Order: sequence, then C-alpha cells, then structure tokens
Amino acid sequence: MSRISQCFEKLKKDGQSALIPYVTAGDPEPWVTVPLLHALVDAGADIIELGIPFSDPMCDGPVIQKACERALKNDVSIISVLKMVKQFREKNQETPIVLMGYANPIESMGYSVFAKQAQEAGVDGVLTVDVPPEESDDFRLTMDEHGIDTIYLVAPTTSEARMKVIASFARGFIYYVSIKGVTGAAALDIEEVTGKLATLRKITDLPLGVGFGIRDGKSAASVAKIADAVVVGSTLVKCIEEHARAERLEELPAAVAGLVAEMRHAINANDLASA
Amino acid sequence: MLKEHIDDYYKTFPDDRGHFGPYGGRFVGETLMGAIYELQEAYEKYRNDPEFLAEMDKDLSTFVGRPSPLYLAENWTRELGGAQIYLKREDLNHTGAHKVNNTIGQALLAKRMGKNRIIAETGAGQHGVATATVAARMGMECIVYMGAEDVERQAQNVYRMKLLGAKVVAVESGSRTLKDALNEALRDWVTNVDDTFYIIGTVAGPHPYPAMVRDFQTVIGREAKQQMLNKTGKLPDALVACIGGGSNAIGLFHPFIEDESVKMYGVEGAGHGIESGQHSAPLSAGRPGVLHGNRTYLMQDDNGEIVETHSISAGLDYPGVGPEHAWLKDIGRVNYESVTDDEALAAFHELTRNEGIIPALESSHALAYARKLAPTMLPDQTLLINLSGRGDKDMHTVAAMAGMNF
Repeated sequence: MSRISQCFEKLKKDGQSALIPYVTAGDPEPWVTVPLLHALVDAGADIIELGIPFSDPMCDGPVIQKACERALKNDVSIISVLKMVKQFREKNQETPIVLMGYANPIESMGYSVFAKQAQEAGVDGVLTVDVPPEESDDFRLTMDEHGIDTIYLVAPTTSEARMKVIASFARGFIYYVSIKGVTGAAALDIEEVTGKLATLRKITDLPLGVGFGIRDGKSAASVAKIADAVVVGSTLVKCIEEHARAERLEELPAAVAGLVAEMRHAINANDLASA
Repeated sequence: MLKEHIDDYYKTFPDDRGHFGPYGGRFVGETLMGAIYELQEAYEKYRNDPEFLAEMDKDLSTFVGRPSPLYLAENWTRELGGAQIYLKREDLNHTGAHKVNNTIGQALLAKRMGKNRIIAETGAGQHGVATATVAARMGMECIVYMGAEDVERQAQNVYRMKLLGAKVVAVESGSRTLKDALNEALRDWVTNVDDTFYIIGTVAGPHPYPAMVRDFQTVIGREAKQQMLNKTGKLPDALVACIGGGSNAIGLFHPFIEDESVKMYGVEGAGHGIESGQHSAPLSAGRPGVLHGNRTYLMQDDNGEIVETHSISAGLDYPGVGPEHAWLKDIGRVNYESVTDDEALAAFHELTRNEGIIPALESSHALAYARKLAPTMLPDQTLLINLSGRGDKDMHTVAAMAGMNF
C-alpha cells in the first residue's frame, strides 16, 4: 500500500480529514523549501503538495504564477525539486509528498527517467494538471511501475461518465476542483461541492480531496466535514509572497506554518463537535 | 518521405483523439475538457452542414472579398531568374490578412452554439482585429488578451480593436507577449466556460482547434490549386509560406499534401540567427513537448521551461507551432527552413519596389526564402508564395529600422 493510502487509512480510523498544504518548490528561495516543509508537517499537514515551477502555469491564478516566476528566477528545475524531496526524506519518512505541476518539465525529462528518480527521492504521487485521462496512458503506466500514485482532477464541469473513467485511472485520492476558474480565484460554494462529492462517492471508494477556494480555518473546516482531504494553496503562497523580501525570510516558515496550524485547529474542532 | 503516411493522409490525420502521429491531442485542465468536447461535437455537426457552409461562403465572398487573386510577379521573376513566381493575395482580404477566414468560421459556430461572449489572444493584433471585426458585425461581446509588451508595440491595432467595440486586456505575466496572452485567454475560458467561445487564431491548442482552424484556412489552398490549374494548366512545383503557429501555411499546403510532385517549404523566423538563440524557430531548433493544449515542437530549455522568443515579426514570435506541422516535418512531407530578420526585411523592400506590393513582415519571411529558391528552379517551373498579409501594420517597425519615428 502506498504511503498516501496508508495516510488516508490511518486518518479514517481516527475519524479525521487530511490537511494538504501546497507550496511552490524554490519559492521564494531554494533553501527555504525544505525547512518550510518540515514546519508545515509540525503545524499539522498530513500530506504535502509540492509545486514544480513552470514558465506557463495556465491553470493558476496570479498568486501561484508569481511564485513560479520567483522560483524560476532562482533556476529551480524539476531536478532541484527532486533533490528537495530527497533532502526532506532524510528527516521525514512518513509524510507523503505529491508533486503538482504541468506536463512539459516531466515530458522533457522523459517519463521513465522522471519516475525512477522521483521514486528514489521519495515522491509518493504526482498530479499534472494539463494531462487529462485521455492523454495519460503511458504516463500512468510508467508511474505505476515505480509505485507512484497518479492523482487526477475532477471539476464542476466533469460529467458522471468521465468521473467513472477518472476513478478507474486514479490512485491515492481524487482531487475535486471546487470552482470553475484558476487557483485562488474565488470562494467555493459548499452546497454545490457537497452534491458533487455525493455523486463521486457513488462511483469510487478512493478518498476525495477538495481544493481551490479554501482560504482560512472556517472554509477549511466546512470542507473537512464533507471531504477526506482539504487542499490549500494560494492563501499560503500569498503569505510566502509577503515574506519574500530578504529581511522577512527568517519569519517565513513560522508564518506559513501558523496559517496551517489555524486550519488544523479548525478542522479538529469539527471532529470534536461531531464526536 | 514516408510514403505510407502520404497516400491516405486526409483519411488518417488527425485520428479521433486529435493526434497527428505523436503530436496534437488535448492537454488542458479537467475543467475545460467538457467545453472541448462540446466544441468538437458542434464542429462535427456543422462542418458539412449545407446551411452553415453557405453562410460562410457568403461571408467570405461579400465581407472578406474572396476569392483572393492569384498574381504573377513578373518583375521579380525576371529579376531573380528561374521559376515563375506567383503570389496568393491573402493581403487583399478585409482586415488585411488570412486571419479573418478563420474568425468568420469560428464566430458562425459560436452563434450556433449559443455562446455570445468571444475571447481571443493576439500577438501583433491581426487575429485580435479579425476577431473584433466579426464580433462587431455579429453583435457579440469580445475580449482580446494581448501581452503588455505587444500592446505598447502595436498601439494602432489596439485602437482598431477598441473602435470595433472589443475590450483589450494587457497581460502583465511572464514575458508579456503572445504566449502569455494565450495563457490568460485559457484562464478566462476556464473561469467563464459556460457562456464563452474561445476563438484561437492559429492551428494550435487542444483538439479540435488544429484541425478546425486548418479546415477554415484551406480555402486558401483550394482556391490557389484551381487558380494555378486555370492559369498554367498544371500544379505548382513548389509552395512557400511563413510559419508562426502555422495557420496560413497549413491553409495553403493541406489541399496539396497528397500531390507528391508539389514541394512545400515552411519558413520560420530565425530572428538574429538560429545560433544566437534569439529566434522563433521551434521546428528548426526546438524539440517536442507539451504546451497550450497540444504536443508539438517547442522552444524550451533543458528543464522543459519555455524560453523567450524573438522575431522582427510579432506574428511569428511564438515558442510553439501547430502539431500538424510537427508531423509533416517528421514524415518529411514539408521542408522547414528559417530566414533571419535581416533577410526578411530585405525581401520586404524588394517586393515593395519591384511589384508595388507592401507585404507583412511575417509574409516577408516566405518571400525571403522564395528569393533563394526561385533561382535554383527552371523557367518552366512555378513557385507559389502565400502572401498572407499586408504590411500597413508594420510601417512603424520598418521605419524604426531605418532610424525614423512617426
């Protein structure tokens, strides 16, 4: 069983939802990332989503676009992202890491080379936002051979027929994109999300994560009531941006971890209320 | 040339998933997949619908001014010595380039799909103007995304679009040019997917765009074939067209692909020279990858990040190319060449002086290559160049090269 599945099993037993923070690797400086990841885990992250910077992040809003630009200015490549994961694994062998990004850096490296090196570095899952199931046969099979979970997106526009195909391809968990739009664009509509997740539950037993549009403890807690995982990205990346200047860098890990801790508290309060 | 791919080319490419060999496909976020299938369905439904085709033909005739003439460039032919040089005069179309052939087709499709909000990306502004033009005529809302740097460089086209009622959004992200405008248009589409039709300006993007835009542009090649047969009694020996995304080239080439005697040359922008790294020639100097919805040749660094491009001509200044061109390169059916800014500029002046036709800087790349090719051919052979646009929009660029400012 993959580290991601083990993580969800354990949380399920405890009656908890996973909290999955997203940060872009190498933002704002390459050396910040690994200490930041440890701080996120300490603050209550169950799984980490680590963004591979890309020059043309067309599914992302301005906050993550700028994060990519900051990382690329420091020459952060897919190879350096894998090195960061390897370094993180020296001190942490439990927390699953999902790489999130766009197809081209992985295409450029070659699926097999990437899969092998990602496995060696300790990557558990990968989500390429611009590779729909239709185009993912080779990719999925290669990742499978190396024990890496392929995470797929389901969107508000996804038909039930497509959900079934996606569910048959997905490993680890399914990521439900809660809004029509780019990352960080708008607040989600909890009723609509509840309905979609109910449909998905009829189709799959995989854990369901929800992302896009979660901004604070309150929205995290309300999503945690209906989903197995809460993904939060732009809010954290915005905080990184605010601490990107040299004189504030030292405070950065603690500031971002503070936001994660607040969300963790809010989610845990749910569990107490329902217990 | 891989002959087995040529004989049944029209039946085989693209396949039903939009693949031209390993190229093309649909590489977009899940939120857009529904819209892409919806578009494909609508296109399949209307592409052979007599009423749709009749409406398009009428617009192409009375609004665009088609068929565009075939012109024998006698003076230039005499000066170069060699093949008889013919020009397909897409520069005489309404709005000044071939772009409008496609925007009319897509806008008619949008109307039938009940989508009243049109978005588009533009580099130099030609596709933006062609889109704003059809949107004005059809009473549709129109938003054009344009790199902030291009907005500054192409103030006149920005004003034209505004006159036509379009909203022009200057894109500040990334390199602030065409590729970033495309990213931003995709972001708009994903946000407003229910009521919005995205009119892509070239033969790139997710399936069905490369095939659909091609089909709207093949009117160029179909007309040219008939016109050459009428005028010379035979097929042309060589075709030459410039390649940015590649829509004017595929429009000319496609109806000739199965005619093996016809040689084809696609000409990319070599900018300051391929070896300088400052160019926009992914077929000549790039490698395959995935960007903007399709797999194709791209200009990228060792890590798969897209690199900035350069061309004197804003319409060629793009790091990718249509997936069908990638395939035609691999199977050897089309020869892909490149010419520098300086060579294009020299050809620009030469045609202007010899024939009294001021070409677009994009089309000047085709002219510059033809200028090298014609003397290697025999006087009883013919060479057909797609003159894809007129040079009015480029006056300030050319003047600036000569040290003048308006």
